[in-house]
Amino acid sequence: MKQFMFLFKGGDDVWDAKSTEEQNAHMEEWMQWIGQMAEQEKYVGGERLYPAVKTVHPGGTKVTDRSFVEAKELVGGYITVMAETIEEATEMAKGCPGLQWESSVEVREVWPDEA
Amino acid sequence: MEPKDHIDNTINHLFRQESGKMVAVLIKIFGTENIELAEDVVQDALVSALETWKYRGMPDNPRAWLYRTARNKAIDIIRRKKHSKTIDFSDPERKLLTSEYTLANTMKDFWKEQHIQDDFLAMMYACCHPDISQENQITFILKSLCGFSTKEVAKSFLTAEDTISKRLYRTKEYFRKNKIRPAIPFPEEIGTRTSAVLSAIYLMFNEGYNSTHDDQLIRKDLISQAMWLCKSLLDSAHTQLPEVYALMSLMCFHTARVDSRITEQGALILLPDQNRSTWNTELIRLGGNYLNQAAFGDTLTTYHLEAAIAYQHCTASSYKATNWKEILKYYDLLLHIDNDPIVSLNRCLILLELHGPEEALEAIKEIKDHKILDKYYLYHAILGEIHERLIQLNTAVEHYQQAIQLTQSKPEQNCLQQKIARILN
Repeated sequence: MKQFMFLFKGGDDVWDAKSTEEQNAHMEEWMQWIGQMAEQEKYVGGERLYPAVKTVHPGGTKVTDRSFVEAKELVGGYITVMAETIEEATEMAKGCPGLQWESSVEVREVWPDEA
Repeated sequence: MEPKDHIDNTINHLFRQESGKMVAVLIKIFGTENIELAEDVVQDALVSALETWKYRGMPDNPRAWLYRTARNKAIDIIRRKKHSKTIDFSDPERKLLTSEYTLANTMKDFWKEQHIQDDFLAMMYACCHPDISQENQITFILKSLCGFSTKEVAKSFLTAEDTISKRLYRTKEYFRKNKIRPAIPFPEEIGTRTSAVLSAIYLMFNEGYNSTHDDQLIRKDLISQAMWLCKSLLDSAHTQLPEVYALMSLMCFHTARVDSRITEQGALILLPDQNRSTWNTELIRLGGNYLNQAAFGDTLTTYHLEAAIAYQHCTASSYKATNWKEILKYYDLLLHIDNDPIVSLNRCLILLELHGPEEALEAIKEIKDHKILDKYYLYHAILGEIHERLIQLNTAVEHYQQAIQLTQSKPEQNCLQQKIARILN
């Protein structure tokens, strides 16, 4: 088994535009999705990130209050999971509820793998 | 009632009813290695309730308020301790607590009504594990599941508070070291495990019912908590066993008579002299219902027979009218299940009523284990009674005096003194 990280990007605007009830219902879907992976012992852990960003630019002196990247590229959180191949991990990522709220999921293998 | 008193009463009532359930859920969340943490959260939630309600008044649903508060406090603790080793997050049930994506909803899941009830029962079975001494079982149940303070537990057992703290510590260590995971036992072992739970409940009940305490409040508390625990077993389909109904029935019959056994001054009143009109007819009716429900399957336990005996006493219009014949049959069945010298001894009292003192004396001579009985006050009290009826008054007085030496209970001593006085005058 290899470890993969799902990076959730974008979708903050959609989140902000929803009501608390809608947000709660949405988080219930996240719970279902992650819960299923946990039941199969494929879920490792993860964190959610606040949208505020400070970027330290190359060289280390210049700091800006916004992201280096566009809003739809902004990482909003990550989880790590176990899978045999990046293809399997990608199939798992397709269940992410954020995809319905204009987030994208970037699937990356964690380096180095735990052989 | 003053608003403050009203809040205090509601809190006290809620505390007894809900703190054990909250502790059980929180132990599931934090693990049995963190029982103190669970108890602290409940304590905190109750303090918050008291402070908030004092100013803003009672919420519409105080129970839900309390649960929500405990839940939020648990979330705070999980967030704080996420990177410490206090809580074992490698457990699959706890993994989803570690991420904000799933924390709130996982937490909600832990507090679903059905889970709360199951966790509470699971904790009861865990407390009554055969490796834990019965004394420690009851101490822990009273403290953690019934919301007693250490002081109240100490009062219940007429023991020092340190002794209780030590007992609690030992039980917690047992849970910690053995990584006990509370669970309702599987059907194949539910019978034996339930029998341990029932015997703890019955012991707790008897502590209240027979106890020598002057403190009426503690006694009533013990009785009502024992009945409440038994009722919780009856509320779950997994644990509705015939013997559970039987014990519930037995406790109802006993409780129906509890107030008639003692005068306001704390003196004992024996069955022949009890005022039967003060017996609680509602509890007798309930006891009868439970006894009917206990009669399914082919299980016949000592609780069934003791309940059947108590039923005969409760429904007899007078002491004289008691159906001693029927009661004797139940005693014979009891001895068939367990040849207990104490039961044999009580059977002799029935023989005394039914066939007179000669036969009772014969029967008492036939009981084995006289050495054990010789140290038991009731043995001498009964011999005193038999010899009194045989008009062998000197022997009767000797036995009553021996009985007085053997009991610690003031009311029992007084009762025996009166019998001696009756003979001597």
